[in-house]
Parts: sequence; C-alpha cells; structure tokens
Amino acid sequence: MERRAFLNLGGAALGSLLLPPFGRAIAAEDLVKPVDTRFKKMLADTALQAATQAGASYCDVRVGRYLNQFITTRDLNIENVTNTESAGVGVRVIANGAYGFAATNDMTPDGVAGAARQAVAIARANAKLQAEPVQLAPTPGVGEVAWATPFKKDWRLVPIKEKAELLIAGNKAGMEGGASFMQSLLFQVNQQKYFASTDGSYIDQDLHRLWVPFFATAVDKKSGKFRSRSGLSTPVGMGYEYLDGRKEDKFLAAGGVTTLYRNSYDLVEDARAAGKQAKQKLTAKSVQPGKYDLVLSPEHLWLTIHESVGHPTELDRVLGYEANYAGTSFATLDKWQSKKFKYGSDLVNIVADKTTPGSLGAVGYDDEGVKCKRWDIIKDGVLVNYQATRDQAHIIGENQSHGCSYADSWSSVQFQRMPNVSLQAGKKPLTPDQMIKDVKKGIYIVGDGSFSIDQQRYNFQFGGQLYYEIKDGKITQPLEDVAYQANTQEFWNACTALCDERDWRMGGSFFDGKGQPSQVSIVSHGAATTRFNGINVINTARKIG
Amino acid sequence: MKKLNQEDTKRITDKVLSLSKADECTVTIDGGRTGNIRYARNAVSTAGLVENTSLAVSVAFGKQQGTAMINEFDDKSLEKAVRRAEDLARLAPENPEFMPTPSGAAFKASATFSDKTDAIDPEFRAQVAAYSIEACRKNKLVAAGFFTDESAFQAIANSRGVFGHQQRTSVDFTCTVRTEDGRGSGWVRRDASDVSKFDAREAADVAIEKALRSVEAKALEPGRYTVILEPAATADLLAYMFGAFDARSADEGRSFLARKGGGNRLGDKLFDEQVNVWADPWHPDVPVLPWDSQTMLPREKMDLIKGGKIAALQYSPFWAKKQGARAVGQPGNIVMAGGSKSTAELIANTKKGVLVTRTWYIRMVDPQSVLLTGLTRDGTFYIENGKIKHPIKNFRFNESPVTMLNNIDELGRPEILAGDETPLQLLIPAMRVRDFNFTSLSDAV
Repeated sequence: MERRAFLNLGGAALGSLLLPPFGRAIAAEDLVKPVDTRFKKMLADTALQAATQAGASYCDVRVGRYLNQFITTRDLNIENVTNTESAGVGVRVIANGAYGFAATNDMTPDGVAGAARQAVAIARANAKLQAEPVQLAPTPGVGEVAWATPFKKDWRLVPIKEKAELLIAGNKAGMEGGASFMQSLLFQVNQQKYFASTDGSYIDQDLHRLWVPFFATAVDKKSGKFRSRSGLSTPVGMGYEYLDGRKEDKFLAAGGVTTLYRNSYDLVEDARAAGKQAKQKLTAKSVQPGKYDLVLSPEHLWLTIHESVGHPTELDRVLGYEANYAGTSFATLDKWQSKKFKYGSDLVNIVADKTTPGSLGAVGYDDEGVKCKRWDIIKDGVLVNYQATRDQAHIIGENQSHGCSYADSWSSVQFQRMPNVSLQAGKKPLTPDQMIKDVKKGIYIVGDGSFSIDQQRYNFQFGGQLYYEIKDGKITQPLEDVAYQANTQEFWNACTALCDERDWRMGGSFFDGKGQPSQVSIVSHGAATTRFNGINVINTARKIG
Repeated sequence: MKKLNQEDTKRITDKVLSLSKADECTVTIDGGRTGNIRYARNAVSTAGLVENTSLAVSVAFGKQQGTAMINEFDDKSLEKAVRRAEDLARLAPENPEFMPTPSGAAFKASATFSDKTDAIDPEFRAQVAAYSIEACRKNKLVAAGFFTDESAFQAIANSRGVFGHQQRTSVDFTCTVRTEDGRGSGWVRRDASDVSKFDAREAADVAIEKALRSVEAKALEPGRYTVILEPAATADLLAYMFGAFDARSADEGRSFLARKGGGNRLGDKLFDEQVNVWADPWHPDVPVLPWDSQTMLPREKMDLIKGGKIAALQYSPFWAKKQGARAVGQPGNIVMAGGSKSTAELIANTKKGVLVTRTWYIRMVDPQSVLLTGLTRDGTFYIENGKIKHPIKNFRFNESPVTMLNNIDELGRPEILAGDETPLQLLIPAMRVRDFNFTSLSDAV
C-alpha cells in the first residue's frame, strides 16, 4: 500500500486510502465522449512501426484516458468535488533482449513515434547491464476486440447534487445514530485503455470502479475517550447501481449483530449503525489477552488474505525484485517445487481469478494483452502456483502468462500485480451462526482495521471494526482493544471451518501499493466466514501521560 | 517543456488571474524532472526520466469552490482551465467552512536548490547503482536499490496579491543487500537536497556491512528492552505522532492531544525534558519551501515540543478563526535536537540492549494513545557490555511514540532522512530508549 500519501490524510480511519494522482480536470459534459477507436489505432500503429524500425524485437503500446471524480464530506458539509482527466501514451519495447519504456502526453503521430524511439534507446542502454535476455511467454494476437465492465448506472451521468445528498444523508444518519463526527468520501473511476502490440492485438477496454468509504467517530469528552467505526462497504468493479441498497442484497451478520451487504450497499443504513456502534465501543469490555478461536467475516478476512497470501505468492517478490521496498517472500520456489508445502489446512483452497464479475481486478485482458483467467494458488492446503506475467511464466515451467500485468497510468510501466485472490467457500452446508455453535471461547470479528505484516509475510497483526465475544457457542457481548498476531503458515493451518457458498462475498483494496517508483493497483478478495482455532489475541489498550 | 523561471511563472499566473471572473482565484504551477534507476538481483531492472509541468487553478464564488488541473500552457489552454474551474465551482454545493486564501504574504527564500543535484545525468545514476552492484558481486552478496533525483520548482499566486516562486532539488537513495543464501540482510537510506552531501560508496558499504553481520541471527524472547533506534527506525513513528498535532482534532476530543473534559493539551509536559522538536523552513540541512501550498500561508520557524512540553498545534485557517488563534503554514520539516555522539558511541555506553536499523509496515492500532505496530528489519542486533554481540531475529513491536519519547536515555547525533511514509524532511537523532515493547518474533530476514 502506498505509504507517504497515507499519512498525509492523517489518522487511522483513513488508513487504507491513497489519493490517486490528479490529472487534467474536466467539465461534466466532456466525461462521456469516448475517444475514437480509429484515432487510438492510428497512434498505436505509429508507435509500433517506429519501434520496430528503430530495432525493437517486440513493442506494446497503451493509449490511456483516465477519468476520476472524488467527493469528500465532513459532517453535514461537502468539502470538495474534483474531476480529473489524464490522457497519454506509454510505449514498452524489447531491444537487444532488454526492456525500454517511454511515455508521452503528446498524442500526435510525431509525439508517440518519438516516445517509441526513446523506449528503444533506453532498452539498448539497459541491455549493457542485462544478465539474461527478456523471455516472453507466447500470447496469440487477438485482432481488434473490446471489453467493458458490465454496469447498469454510469457514475458519470449521476448529478453531483444527488451524490452529495447521499453522502450528507449518510453523515446525518451516523450522527443521529450516536457519532460525534462523520467523514465520507466517494471515489469514482473510469479507465479507457487501448492496448496494441506487435503480436497483432488491438484491445479496447472501458473499466468502471467505485468506492464509498466513511468513518464514524464517537467522543466521550468526560472520559476523554474516542472510538471509530468504518463503513462496511467494499470497493467494486461495477457502476453506481452498487449504491442502490437493494433489499435482497442485505442480510444479518452472525447473531444479528449488524447488517451486511452483497452486490449493493445501503450507505445511510450502515452509517446509522456505525454511529451507534462507535458509541457502543466507548463502553465495550476490554479483551482478556490469550488464545481464542477466531470467527472472521469476509469483510475482515479479505485483508488477511491480501497480505498473507496475495502478496507472498507474487512471483516478482519471490524472485527478489521487490527486495528493496515491499520485501521478498517466504513462499520460495523450493517450497513450491516440493509439491507438498502445507500453506494451510486441507480446507484451504485459494484461487486467483481476474474474471469474477463485480470484482476490482476483473478485466478482459491484462496490460500485456493476455486474456484473463482463473487458476489455483493453494489446493487442499498445498502451495501449487504463483502469479506470473509473460516474462516470468517460463520460470515456473508454464508456456503462457497468468495475465497479471498492470500499470496504474499510461505514464507508468506495467509490471506484475496481484489478481483477485480468493478463499473458496466450504463444500458442506454451514452458516456463520452454525459455525459459532461449535466455539467454546472465541471472538467474532467484522470489518477490517489495523494491519501490518513483515517483509517476508510471516508475522502479522490485524485489528478489525467490530469484535464480539463468543462463549459456549453464543455471541455474548461486544469487545474492544482486540488484535490478533500469528505466523502466516500456522494461521492458515489453524483453519478449521468454512461457511458455504451462500456466505461468500468480496472485500478489496482500491489503492494497493508496490514498486519503485510506487504504483497503486486495485484488487478484490472473496471469502465466506471462516474459523481459525487457537489464535493469539493481544489487548491493545494503552495509557499515556 | 523547459523548466519555467520566475519571470515565466509570473507572466502565466498574472494571465490566469486576469482571466478569472470569480470572487477569488488561486494558481499553483509545479514542474520539473525526476530521474530514477532501480536495480535488483545485482542488475538494473528499470531506469526512467519523467518531465512534467502542471497548472492548478482554484476559484471561488462565495463559498462555492472548484479546481481544474491542466498541463498545457498556451493562452487557449489557460483560459480553458479557468473556465473549467469556474464551471465546477458553480456546480459544487457551498462549503460553510470555506476560507479565502491570505493577502499580501511575503516569503523569505530558503536554500532548497543545488546546481550539482540539478546536473545529475543518467551516467551518474548508473554509477550510483554500479557501486553497490559491483561491491556486492565481489562479496557474494545480492543488491537491490533505488536512486531517484528531482529538480523542480513551484510557483503560487492568488488574486489577493500573493506570489512566490522557488526551485528545489533532492536525492533519495535506498539499498538492501542480502546474502546469497537469504540468511542476512542489511539496508541503508540517504537523503539530501545537495547531492554533494551524498556518497554512494559509503552508503553501499553500510548496507553491505549490516548484511554480512546479520547472518545467523539468534532468537531473543519478546519483551521490553533498552533499544538504540537509528534515525531511520524512528522517522515514521514520529511522523505518525506529528500527524496528530492538529488543533481541531484535539479540541474536538479525537486525538491524543485532547484534554479530558474538553480543550487541548497545548503546554502540557508529555515527553522527557530532553525532547526538543521544531520546524524551520530555512534549516541548512533540511530546507523546504517557505510556504504551505495548500493554504498559501508562510511557514515559520516554530517550536513543536520544547523541554518535553507541547509548544504548538497546527490550526487550519477555519479553525484558527473559530478559536481566535493564528494560522501559519503547515511545517514541511521536523528537526529534533540531539547530542554529539555517533551511534557507535551510544552502543559503547550500553550494557544490554537491542540495536534497530529500520522499522517497517507501521500502522496505527489505537489513535487514542498513538499505539503503533510494526517490525524491525534489515539489521537487528543484541548489544552487551558496549559491543554488538550477535544478530538477532526481527521483532514486532506495539509501542507509542509518546511513551518512547518519555523513556529516552540518551540522544545521538541527528541525521538527515526522509521517512517511508511521510512527505516531511527530517533531521533526527539516534536514540537510546528504555522499555521498548517488542511483542512477538518474526522469522523474516
């Protein structure tokens, strides 16, 4: 996760956010006019030709137009509305066996041809230091194809007033529920990406995503105590219809402790509950540290999956390319080669998938023109595969890429990023309430909170939003000051029960950071409610002077 | 586009201001070039150069505000940016807390620009990478690193007469050196405005030495230890804490600086009396621009902690007006007073303790107490009788910087650095701290 911007926003409540780079701001009427595909193809062909004439053995071109709108609110005030646009062309080549990359916002034939020639020159310079030539897994050209995020309501056509009123209604409900302060945001993204390569692909994609996080804070001035509860929405790869809050998409968490959502989200209802629960947290029982059976809701578990499975199975980390920043991985090639490394218990099946509808990572093709697919990473608890791009596939004995290449802008070079990585639901019928009946001493955790993991992804610590004590098969009372610490392999081997498909849903990250210079990516993680036995829980309450 | 000088930016900002029909207009121009080289597995993986200049126009009609950003500078584009900002402002709901930008602010220039840094070229970057790659190959070690340099400028102006233009430069270098068998890892970070203060060979040697010394780490039981924290180990801990020096959060009761019963803790002694921290945009080692571009207010030299007492809180213009306080520009740097001793001398004065090179993945656990969690990384050692006895496995900590700054034993010589997670420029000392709370072990190397 990008780290500098994270502190700029201030406070733990905004912990998982990063403001995307601002581009050129736009008036609303410009938003929905697409760039002519013939123009994009002409630019791409110009770059491909210039690169090959300059000596490239391979070239790919990304013509990008990125539209964003952010609305930020505080209590009953709209703080800001910002529209941005960024457009340009990125050219990647292989020449003399090495990569070169150059980008320009000069969207003229001369501009993109110049960038292509510059990329070749950089590749030639890099080739002098290259240990071995880049080896790309074959990817057949697909000709001229298009793919678009399926959506029902285009955020670009929803009036700003309507969006602002929804956020303010949420803040008002939170304050009526018991919050002293409310903050809510609406992030909306449209990425228009055109990819072409010397393999013979011309891929036009239109991607839509949005996220509506909020933060409710309750303050007891008398005691000096304050507590927060974040929203339980998930960032999604769909349209504004996610905010419809349809009745059929609502259901109760175990024990009826709160309302949860799948496929659509009721912001006002959740904000009201958050205000009430933030206030409840001020007087909740402080946890007794020790070993507990943890029952983790998907709204919480997605982040543990992201950090302890998603990142360590990135092949570039395994090989050492992230060693100076995000780190390496304990899931080394020898463990995978042994075909018997028990990452988790027999119940643990983890799948990579860039096709799940509504997910953040769902696209038709990745940023190397590879058609997206689904594959196993952990099968019956055993590590069976990684996440790879075209230049990595041969390292793990495969003859095609997994389609894991992504760049956060036309001006950024594409590299290996995580697909949606999800825990499969249990095969036997089991609901969260039934799961809890078997727990003698446990904690039910809903929502994601504080998160930290070491640079090889062994030792982690996670907090949450809502904690409930489980005693002799029943939820008894809210708890506070809870965090759990574990070792990745021990934790996943402590997985003892999974709810079934009826309970499976996704969480996700809108701003997952990696690389130097750092880039952000988007990814969803699905799971059903899952139980982990005998996990170490610490009490995080502290007193300062 | 060529780097704009003061004459260029004054001409552009005057033009933009003259085009606006709004009640208020502010303009910011940011531009320059950033070069970088990235390497891993003892080979260069990427190298790049980004040149860009952007213009941000914010306008306000009453309490309605809109912002447009653009990176084209012909007259037609300037007008387009102004019209778009005005369109957005008319669409935006009123913000009752909107505050106009200041009038007539004067800025005293700071020494943020170095000709030598401005002259860095691809060969220089390649040589920086080559020092550590070649030294690592010789020592059967594996280097991964990133060097980036920036030469940029910023100009600000508003319709109330404010204008400022200043150039700035910076270099940032990090290098991780690992043993081939993956049992040892060392790291170094160096930051400077003036590249003549940066020695790539010296930096690489530090990471190499740490990597070689860190092999065969032994496990030490988690618990409370006396620790020597190198400056890089505390940079982000302190940045998290200073991020909460906001007057409004404190007054509203949702910060560690809130006073029980109401109000804030300005003037309270919360830290050991050795703790003295201030901001100074003109500091020769960590100079920053003399204005805060968000508010267009001048930055000032100001104490943040004096003799362990909270000496200042940050007021936004709105909150300052509401509370009858004075708003100044948000600090761009943090300077903490230290002593004259090197880290080696601090070690020599330590009977039993733990030396921490770096901390990693720090996150807020409880903002009420600024409880942070994170891990040690790339060189953690056990000290006994004034000497490093052996490397130890990494720890997870759960600790508050407030507690840490209360438990200071001795301070070392301050060093310049940037944090992983903060835009602040820092000049902070190594610290020997009592009872630092390590809560579990990590097997990660």
